[in-house]
Amino acid sequence: MKKKVSIKINGKMYEREVEPRLTLVDFLRHEIDLTGTHVGCEHGVCGACTVLINGHSGRSCLTFAVQADGAEITTVEGLAAADGELNALQQSLRDNHGLQCGFCTPGVLISLTELLRDNPDPSEEQVRDVLTGNLCRCTGYAGIVAAALETARRAHGEARS
Amino acid sequence: MGVKLFGARVARLEDPALLSGKGRFVDDVKLPAMLHACFVRSPHAHAFIRGIDTSAAKALPGVHAVFVADDLPAPMSGNRMPMLVPNPAIATQLTQYCLAREEVCYVGQTVAVVIADSRYIAEDAAALVDVDYEPLPAASDCREAAEPGSPRVHSELQNNIASKFRQSYGDVDAAFASATHIFEEDIWQHRGGGMAMETRAVVGDFDPVRDLLTVWSATQTPHIGRRMLADLIDRNLESIRFIAPDVGGGFGPKAIFYAEEAVIPAVAMKLRRPVKWIEDRREHFLCATQERDQYWKVAIGVDHNGKIKGVRGTLLHDTGAFVPWGIIMPYIAGATMPGPYVIPAYGLDVTVVLTNKVATTPVRGAGRPQAVFAMERLMDRVARELGLDPAEVRFRNLIQPEQMPYSVGLTFRDGKPLIYDSGDYPQAQREALRLVNYDTFKERKAALLAKGRFVGLGIANYVEGTGLGPYEGVTVRVLPSGKVAVATGATNQGQGTRTTISQIVADQVGCRIEDIVITIGDTAAISQGVGAFASRQAVNAGSSAKIAGGTVRTQIVKLAAQALGLPEGDIEIEDGVAFGRGGNKPSISFRDLYRLAQGMPGFSLAPGQTAGLEHTAYFTPPQASYCSGTHVVELEVDPMTGAVKFLNYAVAHDSGTIINPLIVDGQVQGGVAHGIGNALLEWMKYDENAQPLTITLADYLLPMATDVPTCKIAHIESPTPLNPLGVKGAGEGGTIPAPAAIIAAIEDALSEFGVHFTETPLMPDRIVAALKDAGAYEKLKVVA
Repeated sequence: MKKKVSIKINGKMYEREVEPRLTLVDFLRHEIDLTGTHVGCEHGVCGACTVLINGHSGRSCLTFAVQADGAEITTVEGLAAADGELNALQQSLRDNHGLQCGFCTPGVLISLTELLRDNPDPSEEQVRDVLTGNLCRCTGYAGIVAAALETARRAHGEARS
Repeated sequence: MGVKLFGARVARLEDPALLSGKGRFVDDVKLPAMLHACFVRSPHAHAFIRGIDTSAAKALPGVHAVFVADDLPAPMSGNRMPMLVPNPAIATQLTQYCLAREEVCYVGQTVAVVIADSRYIAEDAAALVDVDYEPLPAASDCREAAEPGSPRVHSELQNNIASKFRQSYGDVDAAFASATHIFEEDIWQHRGGGMAMETRAVVGDFDPVRDLLTVWSATQTPHIGRRMLADLIDRNLESIRFIAPDVGGGFGPKAIFYAEEAVIPAVAMKLRRPVKWIEDRREHFLCATQERDQYWKVAIGVDHNGKIKGVRGTLLHDTGAFVPWGIIMPYIAGATMPGPYVIPAYGLDVTVVLTNKVATTPVRGAGRPQAVFAMERLMDRVARELGLDPAEVRFRNLIQPEQMPYSVGLTFRDGKPLIYDSGDYPQAQREALRLVNYDTFKERKAALLAKGRFVGLGIANYVEGTGLGPYEGVTVRVLPSGKVAVATGATNQGQGTRTTISQIVADQVGCRIEDIVITIGDTAAISQGVGAFASRQAVNAGSSAKIAGGTVRTQIVKLAAQALGLPEGDIEIEDGVAFGRGGNKPSISFRDLYRLAQGMPGFSLAPGQTAGLEHTAYFTPPQASYCSGTHVVELEVDPMTGAVKFLNYAVAHDSGTIINPLIVDGQVQGGVAHGIGNALLEWMKYDENAQPLTITLADYLLPMATDVPTCKIAHIESPTPLNPLGVKGAGEGGTIPAPAAIIAAIEDALSEFGVHFTETPLMPDRIVAALKDAGAYEKLKVVA
C-alpha cells in the first residue's frame, strides 16, 4: 500500500515510505518536520502552502507526495542564508510591514521569489497579479506589494551600479 | 535614557521567525504518541438525534475511540457551555452542549468525535459514524424567524426571540414632529466570517505525573479558555495551562470559547494521550462564528438646513442558533449609530432573533460597521434630497472639538455612560478630504463622465468604543542575565503585541528592546488575563506595561542609589546599566542589581526594598475610550460589468497617541481590506433550509491583492485622558466605515441613473441588475 518516495527538499534528499493519499504539504510538515509551509484551505485557493516544485510555484495541498517523487522542492526554510540571515525579500517584507500574523507569509515569499527570478523588474500591476494566488487577511497587501517592488528596485539598482 | 522607542516605527520583533518558517503555530506542536481528531458534525440545520451507532467507526484499524456526549466527563457531558457575557435582557439563555444530545440546531454542530492515529484515518472513521436524524423544519431568515408561527430554532422554545430591548434618549416624537424633512431607509449588512488564514486548532496533553492538563489553542483569549474548561470538567484552575502560541489571525471569531476547545483536552485526559484537532476550511465555514446580519429600518428627521433633529428605527439582529457571547453586538450597534453627530433625540428598538445558523459573535468591527452603514446612508440621503454637498451636511452636524468630552445620552456596552473622551471629528474629515483632493473632485468626475467613465466619491465617519475592560496585566522582571522578562495576558494574532509591549517596557525600564524576553498567550506566565477583542490590548496591556515598567525602574533607581552611594535623583538608566549622572559616572549593570535584589540568605532586605526587581500591574480602564475617523473613497464603476475599481482611498483616523506608526498603519490598511470584503465580496449564502452554500474560498470570495488599494493614511492624535499612555484602539477602525464609504461612492458614480443601494455585499451582478431596473442601458445606448 505504501510507496517509496525520494524528494530533494532545500538541497537535501529525503526518502520515506508514504501512503499514496498523503499530500505533499502533510509530507513536508509532518514527515520531514518542515513546518514553515502552512495549510489554509486544502483546496488550492489561499496559497499558504505554496512551494517551488522543480522551480515552479505549486500548491503543496493539491499535490500528493508520490507525485513529487524525484522532484526538487524549495520551501520557506530554504530562503534565508545558512547562518539565518534573512534574504533581501524577507528583509524587505519586515521593513515594509508586509506581514502581520505571518501565516500566509511563507506562501507569499515563495510566489514572490518565483516572480522576481523570472521578472526582476516587475510593475506594481504584475506584483499584484501574482499575489492574487496568495490570500492575506491581515495586511491588506500594501506592505507586501511595497516589499516586492523595493526588493526589485534594489536588485536593479545594484546591478546597474 | 537611550533612544525613545515609544512612537517610533520600530520593526517588529515577531518577524524574523515568521519570515524564515520558524513560527510556531498550534499545528506545529508535535508530541510523542499524539493522536488526531475529526468531529462528526450535523448535516442538518435542525434535527432530532434518534441514535448514534459508532461500531463501524470504532472497528476501523487505527481508530482509538469515538466519543458521544455521554462519554464526556461530567459536568461537561450534561451541561451546556457557559455564556461569556450574560445579560438580564437575554430571554433565552441558550448555549450549546459540547457534543449534541437530543437536538442539533445548525449545520456543523458537533455531534461526536473520532480519535485515530492520523487525521486521514479519523476522517475515514467519522464518515462511518451512523447518526439517525429526524430532520425538523429550520429557520433560515431572521425576518421570517421573528414572526409568530415560523419554524422554531429550538424545539423547547415557544418562539425565536432571544432578546428585545430599546436604546434611546431625548424626546424622539417631539424631535420628529419638529423636523422639516423625514427620510426613511431599509438597510441590511450581511454576515460573513473572520476567515483567519490559520483555521482554529487545539492540542490537548495531560501529564498525570504533574496532574497538569496543557492545551494549545489558536485562541484570542487563553485565560478565558482556561476558566471555561475548568468549569466544564470541574478541575482546579491551576492544573490547566492554556497556551496561544503564534496565532494566524483572529478577527473576533477566535475570541469565542468553542466546544472543540473543551472536547479535545477532555478526550486527551481520558485517553492519556496527546490529541490534536486542526479545523479544516470547510469546518471553519460551518462552525466558526460569524457576524453582521442586521436589518435596520431607520428614519432621520432634519430641518431645512440639514441639521439633524432626531433618528429612530428598529433593528433586527440574527444571532444564529445560540447566544454564546450574549447580545453585545446589537447592543454595540445601537450605541454606535449616533456616531460623531449631534443628534438631539434617538430611539432604536432592537430585536435579537434566533435562526438555525452558526452563532454570530464579534467579527472585526463587532456591530459597528452596520451602525455606521445605517447612519451614513441616512446622511447621504439627506444630502441628496436637500441638494447639499455630502461633506457639507456632515460638517453641519459633526460634534465640535470644544464639545469634548461629549455625552451622547446612551449607556455603552461596558455599562458606563457613552461619553466620547476626546477627538476632533471635523479635523479628521478635513484631512481625509484633503488626501483625495476633494476640492477638485467634481471637475474630475465631470471630465471623466464626458469620456463615458463613471467615477464616484463616498464619505463615512465613525466613532468606535475601544479599550474595553475589565483589565489586562503585565509582569516586568529583571533576570539574572540582566535581560528583562515581560509576561502578559494580552495575545498576539498579528497585531504586533510583542513589539508594542516591548517598546513600552524598554523605554520605562531603560534597556535595549533586544534584551526584552517576552511571553505572550500563556496562562502559566501571568495569573490573570483577558485577551484580544474590542481593540483593547494596547490600551489595557500597554498601560499595564507602562505602570509595571515604571515601578521596576523605581526599584532599580533605589537599589542603584544605595549600591553607588548616590542620591536617587542622580541615577540615570540606559541600555540595562544604572549610572550616576555626575563626576566619574559610577555604574552598575542590571545583572549586578539582580544579585543585590535577591538579598543574602538569612539577612533581611533593606527597609522599603521588595524581593527581586519585579512588578505586576493590572490596568483597568474607567470606561471605553472612543477613537474616530473618516474614510473617503474615490472609485470607478464599469456599468457594463458592475466591476468596481478603487482610484483613491483615504483614511484619517484618531486612535489617540500612537505607540508604533508602522503597526497602526498596518492595522488600518488591513482593516480596510476587511471592509472591502464586506462591501463588495463576502457573501455567506444559506438556502431556505439554512443549509450553507458557500463553504470554500472559491465561492466565498476574500479580497485579493488586486481588490485592495494602498490607502493614504493621516493620523489625528487626540490622546485620551483615560489611560496613562493616551492610547485608544486601532484594530477595527479600518473596517468599520469602509462599506458605508464604498457603497456611497458606487451610488455617486452611478448618480446619472438614480440607483440607490442600502445593502452589502454589493456584488457586480447586483449593480448590473439595479442599473437594468433603472433603465440605465437604454441611456447608455443613446450615448454610444
